[in-house]
Amino acid sequence: MSVEVSETAQPRAEAKRQPLVKVVGLEKQFPVTRGIIFTKKIGFVHAVDGIDLEIYPGETVGLVGETGCGKSTTARLIMRLMDSTAGQILFDGTDVTNLSRGDMRPFRKDMQMIFQDPYASLNPRKTVGTIIGTPMRIHHTVPKDKVKGEVQELMRLVGLNPEHYNRFPHEFSGGQRQRVGVARALALRPRLIVADEPVSALDVSVQAQVLNLLEDLQEEFHLTYLFIAHDLSVVRHMSDRVAVMYLGKIVEIAEGDTLYKNPKHPYSGALLSAVPIPDPRVKRERIILQGDVPSPINPPSGCRFHPRCPRTREIAKAEGLGTVHPRCRDEEPLLLPQHPGQFAACHFPLDDGALAAK
Amino acid sequence: MAEPLLEVKNLKVYFDTPDGVVKACDGVSLSLEPGERLGVVGESGSGKSVTFMTVMGLIDRKAARIEGEVLFRGVNLLELSRDDLRKVRGAEMGMVFQDPMSSLHPFYKVGAQIAEAIQAHEDVNDKDAMSRAVDMLGRVGIPKPDERARQYPHEFSGGMRQRAMIAMALCLNPDLLIADEPTTALDVTVQAQILDLIDRMRDEFQTAVIMITHDLGVVAEHTDRVQVMYAGKVVESGTRDHVYHGSYHPYTWGLLQSISRLDEKQDRLKPIKGAPPSLIFVPPGCSFHPRCPYVMDVCKKEVPELIEEEYGHKSACHLSLEEKKRIFEAQVEVHS
Repeated sequence: MSVEVSETAQPRAEAKRQPLVKVVGLEKQFPVTRGIIFTKKIGFVHAVDGIDLEIYPGETVGLVGETGCGKSTTARLIMRLMDSTAGQILFDGTDVTNLSRGDMRPFRKDMQMIFQDPYASLNPRKTVGTIIGTPMRIHHTVPKDKVKGEVQELMRLVGLNPEHYNRFPHEFSGGQRQRVGVARALALRPRLIVADEPVSALDVSVQAQVLNLLEDLQEEFHLTYLFIAHDLSVVRHMSDRVAVMYLGKIVEIAEGDTLYKNPKHPYSGALLSAVPIPDPRVKRERIILQGDVPSPINPPSGCRFHPRCPRTREIAKAEGLGTVHPRCRDEEPLLLPQHPGQFAACHFPLDDGALAAK
Repeated sequence: MAEPLLEVKNLKVYFDTPDGVVKACDGVSLSLEPGERLGVVGESGSGKSVTFMTVMGLIDRKAARIEGEVLFRGVNLLELSRDDLRKVRGAEMGMVFQDPMSSLHPFYKVGAQIAEAIQAHEDVNDKDAMSRAVDMLGRVGIPKPDERARQYPHEFSGGMRQRAMIAMALCLNPDLLIADEPTTALDVTVQAQILDLIDRMRDEFQTAVIMITHDLGVVAEHTDRVQVMYAGKVVESGTRDHVYHGSYHPYTWGLLQSISRLDEKQDRLKPIKGAPPSLIFVPPGCSFHPRCPYVMDVCKKEVPELIEEEYGHKSACHLSLEEKKRIFEAQVEVHS
């Protein structure tokens, strides 16, 4: 994918602003090995395979896709929790791709993460006061004698009772634990928060509390979110722009409303149409995809979606070219502009209103 | 009205634990007609799984105190011996669980596991049982079923495993399929495939389906009747349209308002305050009262009965019917 394309993939109004995070051609491959003593590499899992993404200050970018499409790997690469195989990560204009642990440290203050499982991401042997205060102690952002007050202020901010400072994680419910995770992420007043499935482990009635909290905090602290979730309804609610990933690539990126009303990539269309709507009166066209996501070790040629794509089948049939259009099989589609602010990587984008109610 | 296929009367399942008595299921009643699709909605800890595990006879009677009746075609399953229960379970009711990896045996080939289920109930030889298993795998949409039958569960993807579970549950053509969160562990596109499959199988075999889920979207699209559970009790039950477009319980209102929707953009979600209660310390009176925005004095003292409001639509709430209608129209319907 060419760089020019990503240069234009900016939201219209913010064309002049500098992105907080800019990712160019990001790749991550995990070796697949065989043998125990004499290990040899027999292939690579292309978890992330050339991603261009820009995140602007104050916006929420949603990242959606099925299990194994590389969305969590992307988040971890941007956070520099693992090293990329190729590509570039710029944080606020500085190239952080190859910084050492020590050189990376000042940037850590500005980027924090919220994890999926509030049971696994909090140390059960530490009090929540210690958990939330640790980032401040490490980075010396607050004098030692003021840490407690600051932590209690944060607890109040995320809706926890500051008197519970000395309690342990097991004494809190799932929703409250996730609030502890949010408070910890906020402790250093970061600019970017990467939230990886922040509400998937929570009960339905509690999810909304945490989502509202994240929105309030964004407004108060001018936070920028990279919001990863497999629940498309939640992503729609939270995000300004949404990127759809399939097998390590972004296949479509657009403003939330544009994407949900007029998806251009057949995969986005299928994904959206598969979400059940909690209203018996709404009847929609449902595209049921055949088969499963192919292995990222040997991704399909051309467009990676072509073996499951209903659109290529339809077009190839109309033109009498068999079951897959040769272009989809041989030529990798580029992310090209569709509607304003919308980019999709498809040779035969969907028509507008393809998902409209029956 | 036809004779109900399944009738549960005032079922109670209590577990004694060192911390106190867990009232996982506290007086649940329901009835299901042949071929009907019932959705059971509730959060984790609402008792929905325990209720239907008990119906299937999967709760150890020594580990729990079980009261009430589970009538399957008029026979009380709670009074059957283990052997008699075994004849009903599997053959006449099948169950599909949430996690297909932990419900298939990892050491046996998939085809053999389905064949074993057939042979446990019918006197057929190995070859016939296996060919029926292969046939069933084909019918649930597994490509190359004869090859797939000779593979182990770990060689299947998540969606394929769930298809294999459905094949196993339906191989004896049961009258009732209980699906406990059948798609929660799956991606949306695979979820759509599996739900579509369950619907097709139900049409083909005329199987009644009980779909247990926390996903209001799944219930809206794949059931006829809905039952909402909270803290071990049924708080609302009615036809799908009644529950979604004329709900009579504040908990259901809360659920409908708190979920994000794909088809329209909301400004702000309206969460239910607090968290679901522990089943050991269920609040007195109506168990939802600490979280209910319409709480009255009576709610804190008296447990509301599940009573019929109108047209078979039941709810367990002290608010008057007029009040419920007024609030639903003013607050909830506008939003949803």
